[in-house]
Amino acid sequence: MGQNAMRPELGVSVDKGALHVISLVSVGAHPTSGRPRRAEQDARAVELGLHLAGDNLHVLHAGDAEEPALRGYLGMGVDELHVLAQPPGADALPGLADYIRESGVQLVLTGSQAETGEGSGMLPYLLAEKLGWPLVVGLAEVESMSNGSVQVLQALPRGQRRRLKVRLPFLATVDNAAPKPRQSAYGPAQRGLLDVEEIEVVIDDVFIGAALTPAKPRPKRLKVIKAKSGADRMKAATAKASGGGGQVLKGVTPEEGAAAILKLLVEEGVVR
Amino acid sequence: MSDIIRRDPRTEWIARNRLHPLHAAMQPAQTSWMGPNGVLRKNVHGIGFIGPNGIKRIDRSGAQQGGAIKRSVAVDVQLPLHRIATPAFYIAVVPDMVGGRLSRHDRDLLGLAHGLAGNEGAVLAVIFGEHKETAFDTAGVDRLLILEGSGFSGYSPEQRVQGLRAVDNQFDPHHWLLPDSRNGGGELGRRFAASLGERPSTRVWQVAGEQCIGRAGAGAEDLSRPVSRLILAQAECAEPVSETRHEAQAVELSTAVPRSLSRIEDLGAVAVDPALIPMSEAEFIFSGGNGVKDWSLFHRTAVALGATEGASRVAVDDGFMTRDRQVGASGTWVTARVYVAVGISGAIQHLQGIGACDKVVAINLDPTCDMIKRADLSVIGESSAILEALVEAVETYRNGAKRDAA
Repeated sequence: MGQNAMRPELGVSVDKGALHVISLVSVGAHPTSGRPRRAEQDARAVELGLHLAGDNLHVLHAGDAEEPALRGYLGMGVDELHVLAQPPGADALPGLADYIRESGVQLVLTGSQAETGEGSGMLPYLLAEKLGWPLVVGLAEVESMSNGSVQVLQALPRGQRRRLKVRLPFLATVDNAAPKPRQSAYGPAQRGLLDVEEIEVVIDDVFIGAALTPAKPRPKRLKVIKAKSGADRMKAATAKASGGGGQVLKGVTPEEGAAAILKLLVEEGVVR
Repeated sequence: MSDIIRRDPRTEWIARNRLHPLHAAMQPAQTSWMGPNGVLRKNVHGIGFIGPNGIKRIDRSGAQQGGAIKRSVAVDVQLPLHRIATPAFYIAVVPDMVGGRLSRHDRDLLGLAHGLAGNEGAVLAVIFGEHKETAFDTAGVDRLLILEGSGFSGYSPEQRVQGLRAVDNQFDPHHWLLPDSRNGGGELGRRFAASLGERPSTRVWQVAGEQCIGRAGAGAEDLSRPVSRLILAQAECAEPVSETRHEAQAVELSTAVPRSLSRIEDLGAVAVDPALIPMSEAEFIFSGGNGVKDWSLFHRTAVALGATEGASRVAVDDGFMTRDRQVGASGTWVTARVYVAVGISGAIQHLQGIGACDKVVAINLDPTCDMIKRADLSVIGESSAILEALVEAVETYRNGAKRDAA
């Protein structure tokens, strides 16, 4: 039933090469060691871009071109990586918006949030606002494309999917529901070209004022029992979990019981 | 009627007066009698009465007479009303309303909003479309604004941003609070921030005075900054409101929300194979236990309902289900919104595992089992017959919906 809906053959109705795609990438940080690496979600954006556009994929980074971790994306089979050179702490938004506007691209893919710095996840939203493009959040799969409009699957929490139809050009973020990125090969990573372009630097002064500190473990929420008497406290400590007196149907026919259950399931929206 | 124990002098007088016609009815229940084997039997439960604090009191002075009246101890505490007649300012909250109800995350957010509003401001909750929530007052909502209209139904982030902008124009809240969740709040908040041109504080987990602390990067760093106007807060960012009752007064927008042409068309939910969804995050679980006799029927029902299958420990031990399907303390702790338990009596380990579930439906033969006490809806009867009827009912429902659409 849903197996086919979940995993159709990728690129069946998508003509590789017809679409001009840019994947925006950043430098990530390993969750344990903190060492620079290719960012997980950005790698997924590159993977999805390779599925959709093949060799037409454009990979773009705004930041330090000297960073060796950037070559991780080249190792995924991309010939060239475009870098808008910026010092750390600069605002990537104006440069990216100008570049995308001039490139005549139809689809921009990004991860949903950066692994270093503020990581607010605002960049795709601000970019979409600035370009005036629609934004699809949590793109899981591109199903089909026809007459400049694209049918996509959006990832929802609890493993659910929603089908959306958007007109080109648009911007999409990918999260962990997108296809897993392929491994990065060392040889191609070293052979790949870095196309560095100098752009005007806009310093983000708000973020510089804020302080980044190592994350404090969050305090565990205490179960506070506001009981006036000892008997109430005893009851609260020993009580079993209860739903507080539900409806009990006794002595009904199976049909009536089933109808009552179905009514609740439909009300809750789990049976469609 | 109040549950405070009061003496009833008239009943006591009738109990003393052997000539009164109601004398026999007012006698206290017999507490000791001679058993058939000549042993003195005592009913210790019949002695005494439950005092106002829920503690049993036995009065041996002989003063306690009159009928033994059973009184319930559960006192519905009426929390003090927190009334804001003319709000000096507003704190706006846009809850996720997963399944039409306030989630735990939403309640935490309302608690944070209540803290920010203090005694002058009012908490304004903005809801889109239909809801099923009945407890806005105890959750801490002072003013409730429901934006209705066909434009807000389904997935309509652009129209919702338009709605929030209209609210922003009219009420000009000091702060906007949205849950930083994947259920829509994180996305809507960021869209709204981009539309307003405000820089939000994201992934906030603590607001203390003028500073707020949020996670940054991949979650290994904290970012402390001044509180911004738009706050996207994580779950457990504050304690939910628990000590006051609020007005939840309905307010309305004075202007109509402009209709924006949606550039993203919602084509509806896609059927996903429920077996591929991890149990711990499945939304709808259909779980079987010792009371299930016909397992092929059980699987058929799960497919018909489109639910993820689960099982109790007994069903797994007996080999009817695989170990990864076990729900409970030693299996998976599930977070389903709707949990259907077929033939599961509800061992405490199993009930712990479903502690986070919203709605529990039980199908069981034994009306006294613990699962029935936990369930919101229980049907007492033989599971096979009920499951057969359920499969049939679902098929009729689906066919009916198809006919309506055609």
